Amino acid sequence: MNEKVLMKGNEAFAEAAIRSGCRYYFGYPITPQNEITEYMSRELAKHGGSFVQAESEIAAINMAYGGAAAGGKVLISSSSPGIALMQEGFSFLCSTEIPLVILSVSRGGPGVGTIQPGQADYYQSTRGGGNGDYHLFVFAPSSIQEAVDMMARAFDIAEEYRNPVMIYVDGVLGQMMEPVVLPKPIPAVSGDEISKLRPWAMTGTDGKREHNVIKSLYLKPEELEARILDMDQKYQKAKKELVLCKTEGLEEAEVVFVAYGSTARITEEAVDLLAEEGIQAGLIRPVSLWPFPYDVFDQIPDTVKAVISVELSMGQMIDDVKIGCKGRFPVSLSGRVGGILITPPEIAADAKKALGVRA
Amino acid sequence: MLAFDDKRIRVVVGHYGSGKTEFSVNYALKLAEQGKKTALADLDIANPYFRSRERQDLLEEQGVRVYSNTFGYDITADLPAITAAIRGPLEDPLCHSVIDAGGDHLGARILIQFDRYFDPADCDFFCVVNGRRPETSTLGGAMNHIFRIEKETGRNITGLINNTHLLKETGAEDVVRGYHLCTELSSRLGVPLKYNCCVQTLLEELRPKTVQYQDFHIFPMRLYMRDSWLDR
Repeated sequence: MNEKVLMKGNEAFAEAAIRSGCRYYFGYPITPQNEITEYMSRELAKHGGSFVQAESEIAAINMAYGGAAAGGKVLISSSSPGIALMQEGFSFLCSTEIPLVILSVSRGGPGVGTIQPGQADYYQSTRGGGNGDYHLFVFAPSSIQEAVDMMARAFDIAEEYRNPVMIYVDGVLGQMMEPVVLPKPIPAVSGDEISKLRPWAMTGTDGKREHNVIKSLYLKPEELEARILDMDQKYQKAKKELVLCKTEGLEEAEVVFVAYGSTARITEEAVDLLAEEGIQAGLIRPVSLWPFPYDVFDQIPDTVKAVISVELSMGQMIDDVKIGCKGRFPVSLSGRVGGILITPPEIAADAKKALGVRA
Repeated sequence: MLAFDDKRIRVVVGHYGSGKTEFSVNYALKLAEQGKKTALADLDIANPYFRSRERQDLLEEQGVRVYSNTFGYDITADLPAITAAIRGPLEDPLCHSVIDAGGDHLGARILIQFDRYFDPADCDFFCVVNGRRPETSTLGGAMNHIFRIEKETGRNITGLINNTHLLKETGAEDVVRGYHLCTELSSRLGVPLKYNCCVQTLLEELRPKTVQYQDFHIFPMRLYMRDSWLDR
C-alpha cells in the first residue's frame, strides 16, 4: 500500500487525476479551486501532458471539448460562477458523447457571491443550465480520500458511457487538509492506442478510414429524435448502474437527515449530539446526486417522524428528498447560506424543532 | 520546558499545510500566558480558508492582539490587503510579535514590505516543516522549499520547527521521523531545530521515544484551528 501523506483537497484531486491517466487540463483561475489549476500548471508537463490557462471558462470548456474529441483524457475544474459559464459546453459534450471529468468546487452564490463554501449549485449540477435533454453524472464525495478514490472511476464512467462526469465538492473539501493514500498511477495511453480504445475520436484518418464526425447539429428531426432516444437509453442504464448512497442508523431512527459532501460530516456530529439527548437520528448520504438514490428512501421505517435535508442552500436537494419520500414523511430544511457553514448544534436544534421537542 | 528566548519578532514561514497558523496561534497564546505583551499578525494572502483571524475572539480574550486585513471583511475578501496597523507591534520594542505569513515562497512575498523591521538582532525567521507533506517529506524537497522562501524574502531562516503530523492520524513516530528530517536539515543549513510540535494527547506516547535525544525540545500544541467534525 502507498504511504499516507497530508494533502490539501485541491492538490490531492489534481494528483489523483494525473494518476488516473489525465494528460490534458484547461482552466481559468477561480477561488476556492485555484490549487487545482496551479498544481496542473506545475505537474502535468512532467508527465508529458499539456496545461493551458484559457482566457475564460467559456474558452476552457471548449478547449476541453476539442482535447477530449481528439481522444485525450481531459480534466476541467472551476467553481460556481465559472461552472455557470461552462454550461453550454456541457450540453455539447453530452450531445456529441465526449467523455470528460469536471471538478466543481462550489462556493456561495448567486452571482459572484463569496469565496466561502456553499452547496447552492445542486440544481446547476444535477439539472444543469445547458440546453436540451442531457444529464451529467454527478458524484459528491464527503472526504478527500473518497474524492481521490473516485477520480479513476469517474474517468472510467465517462469513457464507458461517453458522457461527462462531474465530481461536485464544496470549497471546504477543496481547501481542507486530510491524510490521504494516493492511488497507483495508471499509465496514460497515447498514439495508436487512442484510436484503438476510442475509435470515435478525431485522431486523423491517415487516409486509411472514413472521417469521424463529431457534431451536435441534426437537420432531420427524425435523426435528432433517434439521437436523443439513444442518449436516453444511456441515462436509463445509468439510473440502474451508477446509484451510490451511504446510510446509517435508519432502523431505530426517529428523525432522518439527508446530507451530502462536507455537510454530511457536520451532520454526523449532530447525530451524536442528539444521541446524547436520547434522540435517535439516521443519516442518508447520497454519493451520486445524479442519478439520485430515490429507492434508498423506501428503507426509512414508517415510525420516523421527520426527514430533514441538510444543505448549504435555501433548499435544492430537498426536492429530490421529497420525491424519494413519496409523501410518507414531513420534509424540512436545515441549512445556512452566504458562505457560512452550519454547525452540529444548529442541525440538532432543527431536528428537535421538527420533532416538536423543546430545545 | 520552553524558555522562549527567541527574538522579539518571530516570523513564521513554511509550506502551506505545514501548520504555520496552528503553531503561530499556540506560540502567541503561550507568550501571552507568560504575561508578555503579545501580537499575532495574520499576513496570509494566499489562503482563503482556515486562517488565524477566524479565531480572533479567542485570541483577544487570552490577551493576544490580532492584526489582519484592512477591510474587516475577515475571511471573505479574495484579495485581502494588510492593515498598516501591523506596523504598531513591530515598532513597539516591548511587544512580542508572531507574524503568520502565507504558505510557500509566494505567500512569504508579503513580508518584503515589512523588511525594515526584520533586523536579525531583533527578529527570528522560523520555518515550519511537516515531513508528511509530499513536497517537504524529503531532505531535498524541504531544502528546496526553504531556499525558495529565503530567495523570495531575502532573509535567512534562523530556526526550524518540526511540525510533522497527519492530523488526527498522527502517531508519535511521525514526530520522531520529522525530528530526524529536521536534524539533517539543521546540519545541512547550519540552522538550529528549535521545537518539535506535538499535540497534548500524544505527549505521553512521544516522551519515551525521545529520551535518547537530548536536543528534543517538545512544543506541546492544542489544536485551535480545526473544527471537530473535520476529523470525523
